[in-house]
Amino acid sequence: MSAPSTYVPKSAVGKWFESRLPIMGLLHSSFIVFPNPRNLNYWWTFGGILSFMLVAQIVTGVVLAMHYTPNAKLAFDSVEHIMRDVNYGWLIRYLHANGASMFFIAVYVHIFRGMYYGSYKAPREILWILGVIIFLLMMATAFMGYVLPWGQMSFWGATVITNLFSAFPVVGETIVTYLWGGYSVDNPTLNRFFSLHYLLPFMIAGVVVLHIWALHVPGSNNPAGIEKKTEKDTLPFHPYFTVKDALALVVFVMMYIWFVSYIPNFLGHADNYIEANPAVTPAHIVPEWYFLPFYAILRAIPDKLLGVLAMFGSIAVLAFLPWLDTSRVKSATYRPLYRQFFWLFVIAAVGLGWLGAKPPEGGYVLASRILTAYYFAHFLIVLPLLGLFETPRRLPGSIAEAVLGKGGSAAAVAAGAAQSPNTKG
Amino acid sequence: MKTNTMLRFAAGALALLGVSVSGAAQAAEGTVVPPHNNWSFSGPFGKYDPTQLQRGFKVYREVCSNCHSIRLLKFRNLAEEGGPMFSEAQVKALAAEYKVTDGPNDSGDMFQRPGRPADAFPPPFPNPQAAAAANGGAIPPDFSVIAKARTYERGFPWFVFDMFTQFQEQGVDYISALLTGYKEPEHGVEVPAGKYYNEYFPGHIISMPPPISDGQVEYPKGADGKAQAPETIAQYGKDVAAFLMWAAEPHLEARKELGFRILVFLLLFAGLLYFTKKKIWSRVEGHAVTH
Ligand code: HEC
Ligand code: HEM
Repeated sequence: MSAPSTYVPKSAVGKWFESRLPIMGLLHSSFIVFPNPRNLNYWWTFGGILSFMLVAQIVTGVVLAMHYTPNAKLAFDSVEHIMRDVNYGWLIRYLHANGASMFFIAVYVHIFRGMYYGSYKAPREILWILGVIIFLLMMATAFMGYVLPWGQMSFWGATVITNLFSAFPVVGETIVTYLWGGYSVDNPTLNRFFSLHYLLPFMIAGVVVLHIWALHVPGSNNPAGIEKKTEKDTLPFHPYFTVKDALALVVFVMMYIWFVSYIPNFLGHADNYIEANPAVTPAHIVPEWYFLPFYAILRAIPDKLLGVLAMFGSIAVLAFLPWLDTSRVKSATYRPLYRQFFWLFVIAAVGLGWLGAKPPEGGYVLASRILTAYYFAHFLIVLPLLGLFETPRRLPGSIAEAVLGKGGSAAAVAAGAAQSPNTKG
Repeated sequence: MKTNTMLRFAAGALALLGVSVSGAAQAAEGTVVPPHNNWSFSGPFGKYDPTQLQRGFKVYREVCSNCHSIRLLKFRNLAEEGGPMFSEAQVKALAAEYKVTDGPNDSGDMFQRPGRPADAFPPPFPNPQAAAAANGGAIPPDFSVIAKARTYERGFPWFVFDMFTQFQEQGVDYISALLTGYKEPEHGVEVPAGKYYNEYFPGHIISMPPPISDGQVEYPKGADGKAQAPETIAQYGKDVAAFLMWAAEPHLEARKELGFRILVFLLLFAGLLYFTKKKIWSRVEGHAVTH
């Protein structure tokens, strides 16, 4: 989008069209000749994977919606009807249910990639914030989608999460009533969640367009964390990155198909195969795996309102990351201390996820509190201070130098060199 | 360093993923873990054994169906590919043995007629209240998807291995174990009147009386004149559990077969892409390009 279009339509029809709506030129400059840093590694393939998953969810979702019935008395059976009687309904439904998990695996890798290589720093703050908005919309979409099959976990998950809003003073009860469309989770709740579950993915698609637009202004960050300067630093998107993205996507889809074909219920809860019953509370109410770290933060705090604020805060804080991190060096490759803290943070986040699945008692509560404190400390204390005290390693002069060695000579093996020196610089 | 970082990242992502299942907690503390069985339908090439499903159906029909409904199952399903594979004629005859409520007729009355293959299995009780009243207040759960609706906690690190070994048979292992789990209560445990002690049931106190005893269901005879399989509680448990797995997941065979084909295709495709990518990138590795 930033590169000047070099697209020349070949046919007369093409010329006629292009002079009226230059969309082919836009696609050409964005995805064919777009200059990408030549040193991008496979962690940069997850953006393409995420786009694929969004489309996959929309396509399977639209087909499901043709057979699904959003009514509290019929929803559970209509999903089973899809599983049993609709041609390949079992495939569509398992693709959709597991697709949500794959979507989140990809987005978490994508977010951690951004954190490791400092992709949120200038000039990519808006790009990053748009990403945080997509993440929030994804969570809302997945939460409402999980309510649709109207199993026990759908119902009780919805009850627990919607109830959280009642913690807000003054407006809380009103918000909850509007979410429910009544005085408890019931048919009106299911109806509005279905409506929103259909709507939000298209809003995500809209924000994704903005996200890619904002990406194509400065272009991609890269493992060296330095900006591209000359043509030597880049390679055209096609064929270099189309083929690399395609390879990564196919490998990712193999994992997806593994889940769908062989262990389609591994990531779900057995309780959701029991129809919703307001009179019977399940022994453990546990959200989907991708919500567990945030659920742990919620429960770590004894006060309901503060817990809710901490939970939302743990996501909101991501939006401020560009200003909380005070270091001018982007990539963790050149930040010896940050690199350690990054992995500590990953461990803390995974640990919170584990604790989110445990009952809130005894040592688990204490551990959740410690990790919650650490989660926030990482953003609010470690990152601001680290930039002031850390001595970064010497940065390479250019991306080409990082890849090809000094002078861009034939020292091809130096590809990894940028990341490997272990001497302090 | 590079691969090291990647490995650590991968490990992190994997752990994150694995965390999910520790959430599938079901069994209460102190519950005995059901033993693993060898199921014909486990693993990537798993298939149901139609003779086992037929035996399991017999157990369900003669014993369990007195209390447990299976409302999402239709008679016609019994003849479908990847199931017990009864013949169309057998299914027709079987359905006709049931009385199904239909109507209203032209005079506005509901009436009973013999079942047809397209009908669902009629429930043993007209409503949940009747079911509870007949069973000491507990409602025997519907069997349509029960094999997927029960599990037990695998715990770390087993749930991580399960992703690779494709262990998905917690539900059936539990159901078959439940039938053999009736015991004298552990010392000090009071069992209220009309309730029973079962070592596999979460909380141990179950409202279902021991539903079946050795020799209760007669199995078809093989060529040698002996029963196809032992007429024991343990075998009944396995057979009926396998039948319930099929009832819950009637397209399991098609799913695994199709999945295998897709994976082989993707593997070849990934291989081709790998070499294409290598070829394309070899042009620029170590060279500055101008474009
Ligand atoms: C006399 C009626 C009766 C018969 C016959 C019967 N059950 Fe049950 N079953 C019950 C009741 C009642 C419950 C509910 C138990 C409870 O919740 O405590 C139950 C529960 C169950 C459960 C669910 C346990 C759980 O984890 O919630 C399974 C599985 C089960 N029965 C299997 C069977 C099988 C298999 C048969 C046939 C061999 C069978 N039952 C025959 C009455 C019966
Ligand atoms: C961001 C993209 C999406 C995500 C993350 C998502 C997520 C989910 C999840 C987690 C479920 C529950 C699956 C289950 O356990 O059964 C679900 C169900 C469902 N979704 Fe989506 N979804 C997305 C897009 C869509 C779209 C665009 C539609 C419709 C046009 C749709 C229609 C449905 C329907 C009908 C169900 C109920 C059937 C079922 O439960 O299998 N989804 N979705």
